[in-house]
Amino acid sequence: MWNPEMETLPRSELEKIQADRLRKAVARVYHNVPFYREKLDQAGIKPEDIKSVKDLRRLPFTTKQDLRDNYPFKLFSVPQDEVVRIHASSGTTGKMTVVGYTKGDLAVWAEVMARTLGCGGVTNRDIVQIAYGYGLFTGGLGVHYGAERIGATVIPISGGNTKRQLQIMQDFGSTALACTPSYALYMAESAPEQGISLGDLRLKVGFFGAEPWSNNMRKEIEAVWNIKAIDIFGLSEIIGPGVSSECLEQNGLHVWEDHFIPEIIDPATGEVLPYGEKGELVFTCITKEALPLIRYRTRDISILYPEPCLCGRTHMRMNRVLGRTDDMLIIRGVNVFPSQIESVLLEIGETEPHYQLIVDRDGNLDDLEIWVEVSAELFSDEVRKLEELGAKIKREIMSTLGISARVKLVEPKTIPRSEGKAKRVVDRRDVYIR
Amino acid sequence: MKVKQISIFLENKSGRLAKVTKVLGDHQINIRALSIADTTDFGILRLIVNEPEKAYQVLKEQGFAVSATEVIAVQVPDKPGGLAGTLQILEDCKINIEYMYAFVGKSGADAMVVIRVEQIDRAIELLQQAGITLLSGKEVYTV
Repeated sequence: MWNPEMETLPRSELEKIQADRLRKAVARVYHNVPFYREKLDQAGIKPEDIKSVKDLRRLPFTTKQDLRDNYPFKLFSVPQDEVVRIHASSGTTGKMTVVGYTKGDLAVWAEVMARTLGCGGVTNRDIVQIAYGYGLFTGGLGVHYGAERIGATVIPISGGNTKRQLQIMQDFGSTALACTPSYALYMAESAPEQGISLGDLRLKVGFFGAEPWSNNMRKEIEAVWNIKAIDIFGLSEIIGPGVSSECLEQNGLHVWEDHFIPEIIDPATGEVLPYGEKGELVFTCITKEALPLIRYRTRDISILYPEPCLCGRTHMRMNRVLGRTDDMLIIRGVNVFPSQIESVLLEIGETEPHYQLIVDRDGNLDDLEIWVEVSAELFSDEVRKLEELGAKIKREIMSTLGISARVKLVEPKTIPRSEGKAKRVVDRRDVYIR
Repeated sequence: MKVKQISIFLENKSGRLAKVTKVLGDHQINIRALSIADTTDFGILRLIVNEPEKAYQVLKEQGFAVSATEVIAVQVPDKPGGLAGTLQILEDCKINIEYMYAFVGKSGADAMVVIRVEQIDRAIELLQQAGITLLSGKEVYTV
């Protein structure tokens, strides 16, 4: 355990810390962020009204749309000279979701990621191979600073280049791996081609997240690699990876509650639901300085369990994510909204496109195929022009979303319509099945 | 001297070609010439029929992606080198042929081919100057 004192703090004391930090966070955003001052004024709430965690439910929600409306920095709560890092993810309509960190925020991030890695038993004697992408995506750098904080030996290899990943894992003797679960399976599949036997590696634990995965996938990963597969959770709006993590009990993910307060709400009414009930996850950042979001709606569906865990940690557990309240897909770790693909098609075809996204697992990697109906406007008598159309869609998807897709042109009325509305997504991966 | 051609988008899956020909047959439309351009993923069926407007309408009603294009129908002596002479005329004037296919039937002793070029008016002019027989739409539809 990285921070036994804090991780096993009695709940009554934890709640005192939360109340104190929540009060300060609300006062901070009220005084520093015009958006929040306006929202609280409208709701008739003064920062002084927030006295305990129970008062949290009186505060208005923050949504992804709010981040978009305040693009890029308008929700920041500190002057720009205090912001030392920016991360971003692709947004729903082309505008990115931008987040910022102060030096203090990076320290908090390293702390919660250190606890996360500690949950899987990582210490300063471990060699951590980080195969999450480095860059604007929070995955790579998030895990990196946590592993350094522990004092582990960090291999910042970033994503891709499977051959080199395996070579380094074998030669350097990596003991922990961090990447998406589907990439872990893909790597395992590629190992025999290189004459590498997974059983001979020193790897003992893997930290997998950034995309939903099923329990069956966990069993498979644990079996082929002979490791413990730990589910980690995070989103850049809150901090990145390190919001919550499974412990070795693998029975729910501990939310680091001295930094992030979780709630479960009814996505339709916004009402807070009792522990144990399924609903939308909402987080409030109580220690963040640059971007302390209040009651941020994640659109992820989960359940909260406040009961003590066998590992001894007192921080509440959340169920692994059970689904989404919106139509967001996670494909090879990239968040994809059908609306993003629709806007690409709209620009190319100039008319409302009929399309369907077919998401599948080809071996262990996600595979996206986009079916586009060839309307009278899109149809050309020439093969060359139709092929160029397909290639253009592929290029545009790549440049806006950063993922490669196969484009299949299909005849009109091929895509099934129900009540006049086409079914936009066919996800064959069954990733949310428990 | 332009002839109307109907083009239809076909996915590479079984039964599509049969469906098109059935729709045409049910509406008493006769096929005079046809060709299929196919790629790994899709095909384009090109047709010369006796009633192009009607064919266009009924196929559209059946939900096919259809377009009408103008092509030239050329009468070619049915002997070795017959086609080569015609094509040479277009080649000499740098007129690029996008595609070409032959008719199902014949016109007397001559064969007939359909040619699609981008500069259709210029091609018609050149071929006629060279004494090549071009067939009108009316002639073709009623072959």
